[in-house]
Amino acid sequence: MEIPYTYKARPDTGLYNAKVGIWLFLASEIMLFGALFSAYILLRVSAPVGFWPDVALGWPRGLLNIPIGTFNTAVLITSSVTVVLAWASLKMNNFARFRVYMVITVVCALAFLGIKSFEYNDKFSHYVVRLKDGKALTGHIEVNGKHPRFWNFNDQWSVAKLTEQKVEKIKVEVDPPRDIHGHVKKDAGHGAAAHAAQEVAVSDIESMGSYTPATHPFFAVYFLITALHGLHVLGGALVLAYFAFPGAKMWKSNPEQFINRIEVGGLFWHFVDLVWIFLFPVVYLL
Amino acid sequence: MSHSSAHSPATHAGDDHDHDIAAHVRTYLIIFGALLVGTILTVAMYYVDFSSMALTVAVALFIASIKAFLVAGYFMHLLSEKKLVYGVLILSAIFFVSLMGLTLWGSGDLPKNSDTKTLYVP
Amino acid sequence: MQSTASHAHTSATDSSHGHAHHEPGFFGKYIFSTDHKVIGIQYGVSALLFLLFGFFLILAMRYQLAKPGSPIPVVGPLLEMIDKDMAKGGIMGGDLYNSFGAMHGTIMVFLAIVPVLFGAFGNYVTPLQIGAPDMAFPRLNMASFHCYFLGGVVMFASFFTPGGAARSGWTSYSPLASVTDLVNRFDGQTYWLIGMVLLITSSLLGSVNFIATIIQLRCRGMSWMRMPFFVWAQFVTGFLLLLAFPPLEAAGLMQLMDNLFGSSFFLPQGLVVDGKQLGVSGGGSPLLWQHLFWFLGHPEVYVLILPAIGIVSEVISNNIRKPLWGYRSMVYAAMSIGFLSFIVWAHHMYLTGMGTKVATFFQTTTMMISIPSVIILTALFISLWGGSIRFNSASLFALSFLPMFGIGGLTGLPLGFNASDVFLHDSYYVIGHFHYVVAPGTMFAVFAGIYFWFPKITGRHMNEWLGKLHWAGSLFFMNCVFAPMFIQGFKGMSRRMSDGGTTYFGGDVAMGGDPGVLKLNNMILWSAVGLGISQIPFIINFFSSIFSGKRVSSDNPWQATTLDWATPTPPPHGNFIGEPVAYRGPYEYSVPGAKSDFTPQSEKA
Repeated sequence: MEIPYTYKARPDTGLYNAKVGIWLFLASEIMLFGALFSAYILLRVSAPVGFWPDVALGWPRGLLNIPIGTFNTAVLITSSVTVVLAWASLKMNNFARFRVYMVITVVCALAFLGIKSFEYNDKFSHYVVRLKDGKALTGHIEVNGKHPRFWNFNDQWSVAKLTEQKVEKIKVEVDPPRDIHGHVKKDAGHGAAAHAAQEVAVSDIESMGSYTPATHPFFAVYFLITALHGLHVLGGALVLAYFAFPGAKMWKSNPEQFINRIEVGGLFWHFVDLVWIFLFPVVYLL
Repeated sequence: MSHSSAHSPATHAGDDHDHDIAAHVRTYLIIFGALLVGTILTVAMYYVDFSSMALTVAVALFIASIKAFLVAGYFMHLLSEKKLVYGVLILSAIFFVSLMGLTLWGSGDLPKNSDTKTLYVP
Repeated sequence: MQSTASHAHTSATDSSHGHAHHEPGFFGKYIFSTDHKVIGIQYGVSALLFLLFGFFLILAMRYQLAKPGSPIPVVGPLLEMIDKDMAKGGIMGGDLYNSFGAMHGTIMVFLAIVPVLFGAFGNYVTPLQIGAPDMAFPRLNMASFHCYFLGGVVMFASFFTPGGAARSGWTSYSPLASVTDLVNRFDGQTYWLIGMVLLITSSLLGSVNFIATIIQLRCRGMSWMRMPFFVWAQFVTGFLLLLAFPPLEAAGLMQLMDNLFGSSFFLPQGLVVDGKQLGVSGGGSPLLWQHLFWFLGHPEVYVLILPAIGIVSEVISNNIRKPLWGYRSMVYAAMSIGFLSFIVWAHHMYLTGMGTKVATFFQTTTMMISIPSVIILTALFISLWGGSIRFNSASLFALSFLPMFGIGGLTGLPLGFNASDVFLHDSYYVIGHFHYVVAPGTMFAVFAGIYFWFPKITGRHMNEWLGKLHWAGSLFFMNCVFAPMFIQGFKGMSRRMSDGGTTYFGGDVAMGGDPGVLKLNNMILWSAVGLGISQIPFIINFFSSIFSGKRVSSDNPWQATTLDWATPTPPPHGNFIGEPVAYRGPYEYSVPGAKSDFTPQSEKA
C-alpha cells in the first residue's frame, strides 16, 4: 500500500504531506518560543522595583557581548541563504553544488554553536562580587594567579570555597562602568586601564557567584532560550548533514521526494534563523 | 561576509525552468544582502538613546519583523504559499499574541515587591 | 488521486509495491509497528492499564478520606513496604496522600484518557473513516507511541524514588513544586517534569500526524462536510494539542531549571522555607507558571471531551438509525470550541488577584464557550427524537453520556462566573464538576467505543449481558461517587485535604464546618468500591471475548454507514480492498426510498 501525496501535491490543497507536516510543527514551535519570549517579558515587567536591572546594578543591556552576537547573527543568516541555494541547486539538477551549499550550512551551524559555547564559558567565568559595604563589582576574577574557566566545574568559586582553600585575596578585572542604557561610560577609557584589576580581600566579600541561571532571572532566561535554540540548531544541522551525505541516496531513487525533503529541512532551518532574528535584539540589545 | 557571492549561479548552463530558478536565486542573494543590512541597523540602533523604553522596543521589534518577513516570505516561500499554511500560521499568531497579551494585561494589577535588600547571590 | 496508488490491491499481501515488502518479525509487527491499527491498540492497552492504576490510587485515597488515620486494608502493608516513612503502619501519611493525588490527576489525564481517546481510538479509526491506507507519517506515529510509553515509564518510576512521586498537585504550582525536596534535587517532581516533556513530545508528533492525515489523505469524494463527526472532533483536538502544549513544555523546562539549576523563574524574592530564607536569587513569578500551565490546561479539557463526543456521535447515529440532527452546527460548534478554548484559561485563576477588567474578559469568553458546547449536546439530544433506538452495551453507554456530560457542563457555569467562583474555587464542587465531565463523561464514551469497535478489531462481539451489567453498575455508582461532592463543595469543604477536612472543615461547627457532610465521604468510598466492582464484568468480558466471543456475521455487524465498516475484519495492512470512494454523507440512515435502513458511504449513488 502506498501513502499518497508523499511527494506529489494533493490537488485541492496544493501541498505534499511533509510540507503540511513541517508547517504544523513550526506552528507549534512558534508557540514554544513564543511562550519563552512571553515569560521573559512578563518577568521583566512584573519584577520587583529595583530588581531588574540589577546584576551589580547594571542594566541587562551590555551584559552580553554584542559583537559576538552580531557575528553569530550573520553566520546564521548566511547558513539560511546557503540552505535555500542548496535547494535551488537541486532544482537546477546540480547535485555537486547542492552538496557544497549544504556543507557550508552545516559548517555555519557548527560555527554558531562553537561561538555560543565560547559565550557560555565567558559567562560562567564572569563573576559578580558583592561586598559587605554594599558595593558590587563585576568582572572576570583571578584566584591564586589563575583565571577560572568554566570547563572545569571545580573552578566555580564561592566565598565558602575561597575560605576553605584559605585564599585571602582575589583580583577582580572590573568591567567598565555602564550608563542606564547599557553603553560604556564615556570616561571609562579603553585598553588595559579600563580593565584594571582590583584587589579584594575575601573577608570583605558578602557573596559572589558567576553568571549562571541561579544568579538572576535574566541569565536564567538567557541560558534557557539560547540553549533550547542551540538544541534546535544542532538537531537541524544533524538532519541537514544526514541529507547531504548518507541520506542523499534518495537523489538517485526518487529525486522529487529528495528535493522536497531538502525543502522541508530548509523550512525548519529558516525557522531556527527566524527565532534568532528575534532572540538577538530582545535578549542582547533590549 | 562576501563568501556567498562567489557562488553566483548565473554561469550555470541552461535547463528548461532554469530562468525561473535563476531569478529566484538572484532574489535570495538580494534578500541576503538586505538581511545583513538589517542586522547592522539593529546593532546601530542599540547605540541610539531613544527617549523611552517603549520606543526602543518598538524600533527593535520593527526592524526584527522586517527581517523576519524577508526570511519567511522569500526563503521559506511563504509569499507564494497555499491558503492552508497561512491559516495555520495565522491561528498560531493569534494564540501567541493572546498568551503574551492577556498574561501581561493580568500582571499589571499585582502589587510590586519593592524590597531589594534581600537579594541573594549564591 | 495520483496515478501510483490507483492500481487495485487485490490482496493484503500484494508485494508488487515497487519496494521490497518483507514480512516483519514479532518485534516489527507488535512492538515497532508503523501500522496505525497496531499503534492504536498499543496506545489502548497501555492507556487502560494506566487507567486501572490511577483508579487504585484514588481508591486508596478515598479510604483515607473516609477513615482518616486508619490503616488501609490489603494495600496498606504493601505501601509500607515501598515507603516506610510515607505509610507508617499502613496508614496513608499526608505526603503520600498528596503524592497519590498529584499522580492520580496526571496519570488519568495524560497517561490514560488522552492516549485512549486520541492515541487509541483516534489512531485506529480516523484513517479508516476517511478512507486512507494509514496515517500520513507512519514512522512518526510509532515514535509518538514510544515517547508516550517512555513518559509513562518515567512517571511510574517516580513512585519508587526517595521521597516518592510528585506531590504538588497535577498542576505542579510553583513555588511548592520547587521546594518539596531541597536536598535531593532529582526528586519525584523532577521525574514528573521529565515525564511531561516526553508526553508532550509524543502529543506534538501525534497531532502533526493527525492533522496532516485528515487534510491530505481523505479519499476521493470525502469532502470536509462528508467526514464523520468523529473525524472532525479528532481534527480540532489535534490543533488543540499542537498549539496549546508548547507553552507547558516551556514552563516545564523552566521549572526543571528552577529545580535542578537553582534558577528563579517562578520563585519570588524573600521566600522562607522551613524557617530559612531560600537561597535563590528570586525575582520570579509564581503566576507565570499558572498562566503557562493553564494555557495548556484549559484546551486540555477540550482534548478530553471532544474525541469523546466524537465517539458518542458515531455510536448514537448508528443506534438510532437516523442521521445526526444538526451535523453542520456540530461541526462549526466544534471549531468554535477549539478556537475559544485558547482564550478562557484564566478562569482557573480568578483568585490570584487579577484585576476586574481581565477577570471580566475571561468570564465573558468562558460564558461564550458554553454556547457551542450546548449546541453540540442539544443536537445530540434532538437527534434521538423520532429515532428507532437500539439498546445495546455501546448505545447504553453513549446515551448515558448525554445527561452525564450535561450535568458536568451545567455545574461548570457557577465556576465560570468570577463571583460565584470566589466561593467554590478549590472546593469539592470543582472536583464534582470536572469528574462528571471526565468520569461518567469521557469514560462512558470510551466504553461505548470499545463495545462498538471491538467487533471490527477482533471479529467477535463482546458479551451483551456482561456489557449491560457493566453499564448499570457504572452508571449507578458514578453518580453515587460524584453527586455528593457538589453538596460537600457548597458546604465549603476544601479539596486536597488529606484528612478529608476533619480538622479544617469539619472541626469547627461555629465557623461553618459541617461534620455531617464529612460522613458523605463514607458513601463516596463504598460507591467507589462498587464502581470498581462494576468494572470486573467488563475486564472479564474484554479478555474472554477476544478468544471466545460470538463471531461477527459480516464485516458490518452494526449495519453502519461510515467507511471504517467497509473494510475486511480486521482491516489488513492498507485497510481497504480497492480504492475507497465516498459517494455520500456519513449518516445516511433511514433514507426515504432506500432499500434498507442504512446506505453506506461507499455505496454508489
